[in-house]
Amino acid sequence: MHAMGYEAVIGLEVHAQLLTDSKLFCTCSTEFGAEPNNQTCPVCLGMPGVLPVLNDRAVDFAIKFGLAVDHNPAGTSVFARKNYFYPDLPKGYQITQFKHPVVGKGRITIELESGETRDIGITRAHLEEDAGQSHHEGWPQSDRKSYVNLNRAGVPLLEIVSEPEIHTPDEAYAYLREMKAILQYLEICDGNMEEGSMRCDANVSVRPVGQKEFGTRTEIKNLNSFNNVRRSLQYEIDRQITTLTHGGEIEQCTLLWDEGSQSTKVMRGKEDSHDYRYFPEPDLLPLTITEERVEAARATLPELPHEKYARFMETYGLNRPDALRLISEKPLAEYYEKTAELSGNPRAACSWVMSELLRDLKDLEGGVAACPVSPENLAGLVRLIDAKTISGKIGKQVFSAMFASGKDPETIIEEQGLKQITDEGELGRIIDEILAANQSQVADYRGGKTKILGFFVGQAMKATRGKGNPATVNQLLRQRLDA
Amino acid sequence: MTGTTVKDMLTALAGGETSEALVQAHLKQIRERDEAVGAFLTVDEDGALQQARDIDRKRAAGEPLGSLAGIPVAVKDNINVTGLKTTCGSKILADFVSPYDATVIQRLREADAVIVGKTNMDEFAMGSSTEYSALKKTVNPVNPDYVPGGSSGGSTAAVRADMVPLALGSSTGGSIRQPASFCGVVGMKPTYGRVSRYGLTAYGSSLDQIGPIARDVDGAARLLQAVAGHDDRDTTSAYDEAPDLITDLEKDPGPIKVGVIDEFMGDGLDDEVRAAFQTALDRLTAAGAEVVHCSFPHTEYAIPAYYLVATAEASANLARFDGVRYSHRSTEARNLKEMYTHSRSEGFGPEVKRRILLGTYCLSSGYYEGFYLNAQKVRTKIINDFQTAFAEVDVLLSPTCPTTAFKFGEKTDDPVSMYLSDIYTVMANLAGVPALSLPVGADSKGLPIGAQLITPRFTEARLFQLACHTEKLVGE
Repeated sequence: MHAMGYEAVIGLEVHAQLLTDSKLFCTCSTEFGAEPNNQTCPVCLGMPGVLPVLNDRAVDFAIKFGLAVDHNPAGTSVFARKNYFYPDLPKGYQITQFKHPVVGKGRITIELESGETRDIGITRAHLEEDAGQSHHEGWPQSDRKSYVNLNRAGVPLLEIVSEPEIHTPDEAYAYLREMKAILQYLEICDGNMEEGSMRCDANVSVRPVGQKEFGTRTEIKNLNSFNNVRRSLQYEIDRQITTLTHGGEIEQCTLLWDEGSQSTKVMRGKEDSHDYRYFPEPDLLPLTITEERVEAARATLPELPHEKYARFMETYGLNRPDALRLISEKPLAEYYEKTAELSGNPRAACSWVMSELLRDLKDLEGGVAACPVSPENLAGLVRLIDAKTISGKIGKQVFSAMFASGKDPETIIEEQGLKQITDEGELGRIIDEILAANQSQVADYRGGKTKILGFFVGQAMKATRGKGNPATVNQLLRQRLDA
Repeated sequence: MTGTTVKDMLTALAGGETSEALVQAHLKQIRERDEAVGAFLTVDEDGALQQARDIDRKRAAGEPLGSLAGIPVAVKDNINVTGLKTTCGSKILADFVSPYDATVIQRLREADAVIVGKTNMDEFAMGSSTEYSALKKTVNPVNPDYVPGGSSGGSTAAVRADMVPLALGSSTGGSIRQPASFCGVVGMKPTYGRVSRYGLTAYGSSLDQIGPIARDVDGAARLLQAVAGHDDRDTTSAYDEAPDLITDLEKDPGPIKVGVIDEFMGDGLDDEVRAAFQTALDRLTAAGAEVVHCSFPHTEYAIPAYYLVATAEASANLARFDGVRYSHRSTEARNLKEMYTHSRSEGFGPEVKRRILLGTYCLSSGYYEGFYLNAQKVRTKIINDFQTAFAEVDVLLSPTCPTTAFKFGEKTDDPVSMYLSDIYTVMANLAGVPALSLPVGADSKGLPIGAQLITPRFTEARLFQLACHTEKLVGE
């Protein structure tokens, strides 16, 4: 609900690029980064006479997705042609699904910052082929020519459409976070919005609180990060409410989020909207998915994000925000779980991952997968602290060295001589020297100023370069001073 | 060596004749005749001779040979052959050289057939006279004042003029049987799904089939046998095994019930065509066939339904010819929109434009249900009509066309009268059933008359057997 008596209604369309090895309708590789137009064949180039052959893996991925959003995809779906001209669309039509999508109604549960959970309906999800890419800059003669790269043309997409049941930018954010996690957990999409493997369009309208009818909606296209989704929605909701409260009308149109000005810009109005002339794709038979095939897919379903979330709290005693953060990315969740198991101290493992690890990973390209500290080594560090081989404070120093070098904690402790000193004889000698050098403070202490103990502890730690076991140091000081 | 049957050619080759000599003889015939006939858009003399010599070498070495080893075949110019142009009779593809082989071409190569060239056609197979080719005029070899029919007019003319014994055509509404009838040769449209469409430039995807053209039923059967069967690259191709069309081809078909479609025998049917058809029917009756009258109450909706479905699909199928990757690109364009509009306006001929517009309109928002969906409903009704008929009869027999070949220019100004020359042939395409046209006589001007046999889906073996039976009776 909005402060001014309006509420927003948001529906999201997510395009998830599926992690199949080959394209949706031909055997060309989907690998990213090849020379332009090197991953093409007569089929994905739209040569005269070619025909599509459906990639079964992509269908299996769609089935898994259906099951993950509480939908049974058994039944028949139909491919359709969506007709429009664009240079990166080789056939002049996109093969997609229209009236009969492979996945029908489902739902996902999202959790907000407040801890409140909500179900958001999934209207449908359908398979379609991606278009190629047009390049207008950075190439020879860019001022006069555009370039088309069709390596991406035909890569499978799953378009996931939500019900218009999202009401705030934060809910949209939570929805996308959950969607990304589901796709990652299913291993059907890597969910990287910045790289475009997961793309989002948002439909937004506002209406007075209590009104049932939807207001006129606008569509914001090509949102390329989670934060842009949140910001652009907030901007657009505010814009619409301001327009309405000033007696204006919302015009149906398609908008683009402009990063520079942090505002939405009109891409095309209603009068320019396409008539896509959908009709059933005559080159492909209707796709029939049997119950057996669904059950076979069900048997391979991994633990889903919300299941892992509950288990992390239950099994490892984690608090809600930590568990939510850890499960939000599958590689991170797996990293944490391995560390927790190997360390034998899940809560300590959590605090290391949540603080030190995530802080250092922020600046690292490749994320958890590229992390120089392995779960084995982080678990080792936790164990060394628990065994009092090093202190927690030294632990942070060791962690930084591990992150920088990739070495295991034992090696670093050995190389840098960071092992904690617990030997009472050695510590006793150091303390005796300190007491001898600070006679007046000793007198003060014995005179009743016992708070000065901290001074001696500090001196002892300084003398041991932080390696003295604090408990032992305390104990030895008291023994001597109180004697 | 030209002008004989494929069967005789195969016997001669097995008896020591070389394929090189056979191909040379046909190339000579092309050189002598094609200037007048205009059947070919591409003649691959060097390639054909090379293939022929390779096959002769294989034969001499005792290697196993395919079923059409050494036989020259012509290919309609909407079917892709690696390294040869696929123009589809259009300016927009006038310079397009195909980078790949259609599945039927791969199968011809496996059968050791010799591909001699590509034949003229109505632009993108849209037409019934080959007059809509943007690249060449093809005449009827029987009488050059008359059209060869279309859209596979180049293929039927090439066979009729003995320039090749076999040719591939394609049929969307009658484009094999109608020109076969006009040229006096055998032309056959297989069951939808019998032959892979991979590599056939699409016109109406749910109707298109590649089919054989030959001087006799036996030749057509051998060509279909070589190219038929499931193909993983065409998921609409049928999974069942391609049937043996040859073994029982000449066997006595036994007692047969022949259905005559009453709706085809009314107004519009030329008297001489009617008479020749009746003679063929009488001969079958005399040989023991029982004649049953069948009703196809949705006949009048067939042509409208056909033109809605085919053009709707075509409007999407021809969108790829946009000047971006290949095909004609206008040099006049100043921006993207002009690149599309100029390239396509310059590249497509008037009949193609007419059909793209018709199909685009028919799929447009607000019209889709009334046009496209209703046309699909008509298809279902026609399929039911065939099922009803085939519950009673083995085969349907009808004239292939209401008239014999017409003169050049006679129908180009009146598209609907041109469309109506497909009236007897489109129903087999709409229902997906196999149908074959064979010559049954000639009119007083000497122009050939064809009759069409239609059988249930995937009964090609029976269709060819009945056609062979009819061919013998008519020839007696």
